Amino acid sequence: MKDEVQTREDRVANLKGMGCSRKRVEDARFTQGKGNYVDDVKLPGMLHGDFVRSPYGHARIKSIDTSAALALDGVVAVLTAEDLAPLNLHWMPTLAGDKQMVLADGKVLFQGQEVAFVVARDRYVAADAVELVEVDYEDLPVIVNPHESLQSDVVLREDLAGQTSGAHGPRKHHNHIFTWEVGDKEGTEQVMENADVVVEQSMYYHRTHPCPLETCGSVASMDKVNGKLTVYGTFQAPHVVRTVASLLSGIEEHNIRVISPDIGGGFGNKVGVYPGYVCSIVASIVTGKPVKWVEDRMENLMSTAFARDYHMTGKISATKDGKITGLDCHVIADHGAFDACADPTKFPAGFMNICTGSYDIPVAHLAVDGVYTNKAPGGVSYRCSFRVTEAVYLIERMIEVLAIELNMDAAELRRINFIKKEQFPYTSALGWEYDSGDYHTAWDKALEAVDYKGLRAEQAERVAAFKRGETRSLMGIGLTFFTEIVGAGPVKNCDILGMGMFDSCEIRIHPTGSAIARLGTISQGQGHATTFAQILASEIGLPADSITIEEGDTDTAPYGLGTYGSRSTPVAGAATAMAGRKIRAKAQMIAAYLLEVHDDDVEFDVDRFVVKGAPERFKTMKDIAYAAYNQAIPGIEPGLEAVSYYDPPNMTYPFGAYICVMDIDVDTGVPDIRKFYALDDCGTRINPMIIEGQIHGGLTEALAVSLGQEIAYDDMGNVKTGTLMDFFLPTAWEVPNYETDHTVTPSPHHPIGAKGVGESPHVGGVPCFSNAVQDAFRPFGNRHTNMPHDHWRIWKTANDLGLHG
Amino acid sequence: MIPAPFDYHRPDSLEGVMSLIREHGDEARVMAGGHSLIPMMKLRMAEVPHLIDLQAIDSLRGIRIDGDKITLGAMVTQHELIDHAELATKAPILREAALQIADPQVRYMGTVGGNVANGDPGNDMPGLMQCLDAQFTLHGPEGTRTVAARDFYEAAYMTARTDEEVLTEVTFAATGGGYAYEKQKRKIGDYATAAAAVLISKSGGQVSAASVAMTNLSDVPVFSQGAADALVGTDCGDAAVDAAVAAALAEIDPTEDNRGPVAFKRHVAGIIIARTIRGAFNRA
Ligand SMILES: Cc1cc2nc3c(=O)[nH]c(=O)nc-3n(C[C@H](O)[C@H](O)[C@H](O)COP(=O)(O)OP(=O)(O)OC[C@H]3O[C@@H](n4cnc5c(N)ncnc54)[C@H](O)[C@@H]3O)c2cc1C
Repeated sequence: MKDEVQTREDRVANLKGMGCSRKRVEDARFTQGKGNYVDDVKLPGMLHGDFVRSPYGHARIKSIDTSAALALDGVVAVLTAEDLAPLNLHWMPTLAGDKQMVLADGKVLFQGQEVAFVVARDRYVAADAVELVEVDYEDLPVIVNPHESLQSDVVLREDLAGQTSGAHGPRKHHNHIFTWEVGDKEGTEQVMENADVVVEQSMYYHRTHPCPLETCGSVASMDKVNGKLTVYGTFQAPHVVRTVASLLSGIEEHNIRVISPDIGGGFGNKVGVYPGYVCSIVASIVTGKPVKWVEDRMENLMSTAFARDYHMTGKISATKDGKITGLDCHVIADHGAFDACADPTKFPAGFMNICTGSYDIPVAHLAVDGVYTNKAPGGVSYRCSFRVTEAVYLIERMIEVLAIELNMDAAELRRINFIKKEQFPYTSALGWEYDSGDYHTAWDKALEAVDYKGLRAEQAERVAAFKRGETRSLMGIGLTFFTEIVGAGPVKNCDILGMGMFDSCEIRIHPTGSAIARLGTISQGQGHATTFAQILASEIGLPADSITIEEGDTDTAPYGLGTYGSRSTPVAGAATAMAGRKIRAKAQMIAAYLLEVHDDDVEFDVDRFVVKGAPERFKTMKDIAYAAYNQAIPGIEPGLEAVSYYDPPNMTYPFGAYICVMDIDVDTGVPDIRKFYALDDCGTRINPMIIEGQIHGGLTEALAVSLGQEIAYDDMGNVKTGTLMDFFLPTAWEVPNYETDHTVTPSPHHPIGAKGVGESPHVGGVPCFSNAVQDAFRPFGNRHTNMPHDHWRIWKTANDLGLHG
Repeated sequence: MIPAPFDYHRPDSLEGVMSLIREHGDEARVMAGGHSLIPMMKLRMAEVPHLIDLQAIDSLRGIRIDGDKITLGAMVTQHELIDHAELATKAPILREAALQIADPQVRYMGTVGGNVANGDPGNDMPGLMQCLDAQFTLHGPEGTRTVAARDFYEAAYMTARTDEEVLTEVTFAATGGGYAYEKQKRKIGDYATAAAAVLISKSGGQVSAASVAMTNLSDVPVFSQGAADALVGTDCGDAAVDAAVAAALAEIDPTEDNRGPVAFKRHVAGIIIARTIRGAFNRA
């Protein structure tokens, strides 16, 4: 008979720990319609809320008549700002230190703004009642352009009139929010004055929207008997929501339970606190019944958090052989009607100061001016760490523009300016300490993988054929090398509403050798239940399949700051490893006791502790778990549990090299993506399959944003792209075949060396697609054109260059 | 996205439909696949107190091919057009066009009748039917009549059909020579930025007959006799194609929308029409 003793490889495989492409444990549930999303939550006696929204971009409210709506059978209440004012809930604080109307107080500031909240027996009656609420509006001048806003006499935020200072310092104008400045202004100016070459380029990174599959919603249930408020909602940060709800409502925090059930995608859209959440809570308190609010797709696109809307100007200087000497950036940031950006408190423009990118730039300066306009509030980080997409887009465009100015190959220009491997940890001119990197290796690997030289030769031939009139198609090669900054963040400089941005993990090992771990984060599709179990499996030697991961219920999970900014693995993943190590430390003592040796004489091996030098003498983690509960061990408490709160010493800095090859039909403006190669370095790879899935998803969202996805307003403040007919959401048909690749440069300060990956493909993908479009027209004099590169804008680029004869 | 309240009716005969229409007048409207009507109701741009579902009426179903005569029941779905082997040989342009409508899910529901009766300039079938010179059969209180597709469209959502009439079938002749349906769109499921349907018969290397129609380039589908005339008798060389395109462009009137401004649309229309003509000629 075959030996039944497992080999060490078998034991490793059995754990399904780090490095293995374990199938996602969530998928059985999701693919069979057994997920439990907010809209699946149905409580006895539940009422339904729906909003009356402003059709205007800017208008004064003269009166609101709710009588006809209230008379409709099945309508329970209609709330207006007047009803919320006595509770002081008609306005609420935003995450960015501003305040925001919950329901329109005297005027509306953007189309789609919440004006009244109808509460009814069912969703249908609520929708009918919305039509019956009569609001008398008086038009006010609409401003949708932040440059105009800064010149205009029209005061958008009358509530702030006369306030010359806001949460982030002085305000220069009544529609100005803040100026955020970092770096060395004078030093940068000096370098520019004396530089061989200086190029300046303005670019608009258009407003878009994360548009998750599931829209935002909440179900609030106030139990007046026991005084407990339970709120289910689409929250990327449930613990913060609990704290905010307590501060706003005056209900003590222990009496509030916030639950994020399954979440159908977030991408930043579900970080903020929305009027709908507040109204469902107030309505439940008022009616004593559970109240559900779920927005529809149009409401999602029109009113809950947008992303980007940055008017950026970059100025870059270099020596004549291409060594970059300085970078100066200025941004006019359109924040819409309220500053509701979801950034760490001290960073009103997020981590925009990562805009020096992957390059060794000796001196730099950045200034960002936040501005109010008549557009929806938000400013979230759509699949990126705080404003990192904007920063990377800026520098990756500036590199291209500089390459044009220097008449240099853009790949080579990048190479000669990369931060070198031996320079890490590297302190950037704008103050970040990059933890680790090996950019040259990654870049060379990428260029070789796509046969970069061959592609350039083919492109030159194509241009020649085009000029001879033999083809109407041009070829673009998009290059991007990005460095992300994720894993916010160290408590010393990162907080949200005063809460430090640590994260947490609590583990309980059950007597029979299985476990449950709870985290302060919340998956929205990233596969936490799969990957965090893998981290633990490797750390504590119990199979991932025997470990349940639970998140999102504030009554059971330890406090954490939630999931966004690729922070889950860098922060909560680290907490998980650290909590696992505490378990292991105690397990070591138990094992030593059981094996009757000194603690130092046993060592951990995959799934057991063995006596050093005598591997046949061991106790498996399963044995140890049982012993922890079934026998008295002198000097050791019973049980096997641990909790860890992890305050990261630094951010992590994933990076990658992306190359896109695109053919462009000059006559119709239709692009055809022939190839997309993505090399990612996210440090230690926990689950390669999930990484690949994240990269495919992020690249697809990057394709969307760069090639057509936008929230566009007309001059009257009307949203032009409020449905999926016009808001570009690519399907499988529009998406190319992605080639993924990787290098591994672990983070030196992270317990398992992992850096986070969910957002890299978006951050790197957007400039890569855009650079491909722009590169196709470089031989004809194109320097820069703004995204989104939809058919007509590509066509216009060609037309402006005279390519249509 | 919640429609106003409505009553739902599901008669199983055309007479049943007629009597419901008689009873409820303006308040009644028929529904085929619902993929244009239901979104309008959900947006509350259409209020239909009495919705009459045509799904249970067997006489409106089926593709019949009788020699050269092809009849499509109003309730034939776009998917059925793609799936029908004989149709694919007798009038292959239908399959080519249907494959460019929406996505498979929509095509399982969306019908020929709904698509041509709707009167939305974005719909692909009206231009296609004008290219095929199809006849629409309308059944109303006064009896049955036929209207040529080329005479049917008056303005956006305005057609020769009266509110009391139901479109029961679409008939046209099998096609001989070359065909092509080309459509530029932003993504799957999008209406055309510009689209064209072309049929060309060839004899002795020359165009003997042609038909050219366009989609979403005016508030109605555009059939261009001038474009066809410019091709007939030529070898479809560059000059002939240019002349046909010029004739076609003279008849369109696109409007600016999120797809782009008028100048862009006119330019793309010219490119698409030329490609469609060349495509059809090469297959003839
Ligand atoms: C996401 C999406 C994308 C789409 N993309 C395209 C596209 O690219 N190209 C395209 O052509 N279409 C497109 N459509 C529309 C789709 O093809 C519709 O199904 C079609 O236009 C209408 O057919 P229906 O059977 O759904 O009609 P319905 O929606 O049921 O009816 C449409 C209108 O026609 C009337 N009507 C229906 N049948 C009759 C009849 N027998 N007699 C009289 N009146 C009748 C109805 O009263 C209604 O006013 C798209 C739809 C969706 C939802």
